[in-house]
Amino acid sequence: MNAQDTIFYFFSAVLILSALGVITFRNPVYAALLLVLAFFSAAGIWLLLEAEFLAIALVLVYVGAVMVLFLFVVMMLDINLEKLREGFWKWFPFGTLIAGVIAVEISLVMMGDQFKQMTSLEPKASDYSNTKELGRLIYTEYVYAFELAAVVLLVAMVAAIALTLRHRTDKKSPNPSNQVKVKRDDRIRMVNMAPETKE
Amino acid sequence: MEYIQQWFEQLFGTALGSTLFLFAENLVYILAIVIPLLLGVAYLTFAERKIIAYMQIRLGPNRVTFFGISWLRGWGQPIADAVKAIMKEIIVPTGANKFLFLLAPVITIAPALAAWAVVPFSPELVLADINAGLLYILAMTSLGVYGVIIAGWASNSKYAFLGSMRSAAQVVSYELAMGFALVCVLMMSSSLNLGAIVMGQQGDSFLNWYLVPLFPMFLVYFISGVAETNRAPFDVAEGESEIVAGFHVDYSGMAFTVFFLAEYANMILVATLTSVMFLGGWLPPFNIVPFTYIPGIIWLLLKIAFILFFFLWFRATFPRYRYDQIMRLGWKIFIPITLIWIVLVGMIMQLPASVRDTFPLNLWFN
Repeated sequence: MNAQDTIFYFFSAVLILSALGVITFRNPVYAALLLVLAFFSAAGIWLLLEAEFLAIALVLVYVGAVMVLFLFVVMMLDINLEKLREGFWKWFPFGTLIAGVIAVEISLVMMGDQFKQMTSLEPKASDYSNTKELGRLIYTEYVYAFELAAVVLLVAMVAAIALTLRHRTDKKSPNPSNQVKVKRDDRIRMVNMAPETKE
Repeated sequence: MEYIQQWFEQLFGTALGSTLFLFAENLVYILAIVIPLLLGVAYLTFAERKIIAYMQIRLGPNRVTFFGISWLRGWGQPIADAVKAIMKEIIVPTGANKFLFLLAPVITIAPALAAWAVVPFSPELVLADINAGLLYILAMTSLGVYGVIIAGWASNSKYAFLGSMRSAAQVVSYELAMGFALVCVLMMSSSLNLGAIVMGQQGDSFLNWYLVPLFPMFLVYFISGVAETNRAPFDVAEGESEIVAGFHVDYSGMAFTVFFLAEYANMILVATLTSVMFLGGWLPPFNIVPFTYIPGIIWLLLKIAFILFFFLWFRATFPRYRYDQIMRLGWKIFIPITLIWIVLVGMIMQLPASVRDTFPLNLWFN
């Protein structure tokens, strides 16, 4: 077992254990933090596969931005565990069904011919840039699919904002640009007055 | 080096020995970066107190001498501070989550140090010369906010929690502007490698540095860097006058000092990255004889010191931003500016070479 294998097994073990922790810990903050750890270990495994762009993008987008906002929300919530567990057995058969479908789908993909062909990974030359290759493919061969995915994301973003936007009429908030525009003469009046004398 | 490698291989066998040698070699290099960095942090705190003191017509620390040398008054202050911090007790509040409470400072300082792995100090002096260096830096700096969030939550105190919530929203907002500003640098240099970005700025004089064609991006990046490190005037995460000391209000002794170290290490990191990406890194300002005699690392250190001075100057000059104005500056001013500049740089890059060469743009786009 060489150093690379050791690192792989270490990252895999951390990934699986933290993923288990995400669904078993009662405290939602612990679950969110373990999900961060799981993302981080997955990024480590991708780095071993020489997919450095994907690995760093995973850390940058999911760990650096998405999970920060997730933690932000989870820490502010006061989650009542009793209420959450109420309908567990009622929905249990439905959940099992979905889990079964997902398991079948994953096994269909993993047993496909494409995965059997990828038995070994040829090491690339040191000047090979994963990022450059990915960018070239995305913006030439798969440009329409890529642009379509971007439009779908944009629509989802606009929809999410439109669904949560409420125009409150009782809100009082200052307009920063008006405040920035204020000049000295708007606030101060210089008065020229004679000195007062004591009677 | 080869002699030590052979010694390792004789001691542990060929396979294990060479692996262990690789670890040991990198460990030495890491220490060669981290130890000067921590010394730099210690003396940056001293420089900050001295510079702000002179700006406010005071003397600043002037009691602790350095090994009894009388004219180095105050130079022993950072060492005395460090000794005091080590001696102090780390108090864990009763209601706090002990594990996360003690983990938070570690999570804060780890990315601040890890980001240094890809920073080039000269054409040869770089620990990890990786292709995606710029992305790595962005990923590492975005991790620092976890320490602040966890510290605020684990303290189980309202002020600490408010500070960490403020910090989380602020850092996530300014990361976008920072990333977009760096996209312009990446377009000009067409490389993600920090060494290649510096080489892209090579030329006859400082006019070739990306500071000149990307001046608005330099301002956006630097101001976002100040916001990202939670420094004044963006220090709402601490906000002494509003929420006592923000996220580290419950920390004491070494646990507090680690937060302090991470803040200053991040300041030096932002200053270094600004120098590397906009001020030509190790390149001299004029590529002629008296300037080229000075080694590149000296130029880099001078540029870092210059940028760091601005950090201290800002703190002595500006009052703290109000929270809604921080958000307005990040989302409504910086992000539109960066988006416009990205389109502009892209349009100039797509101009035919014959048009570009007719006006001074051929200095940067060729």
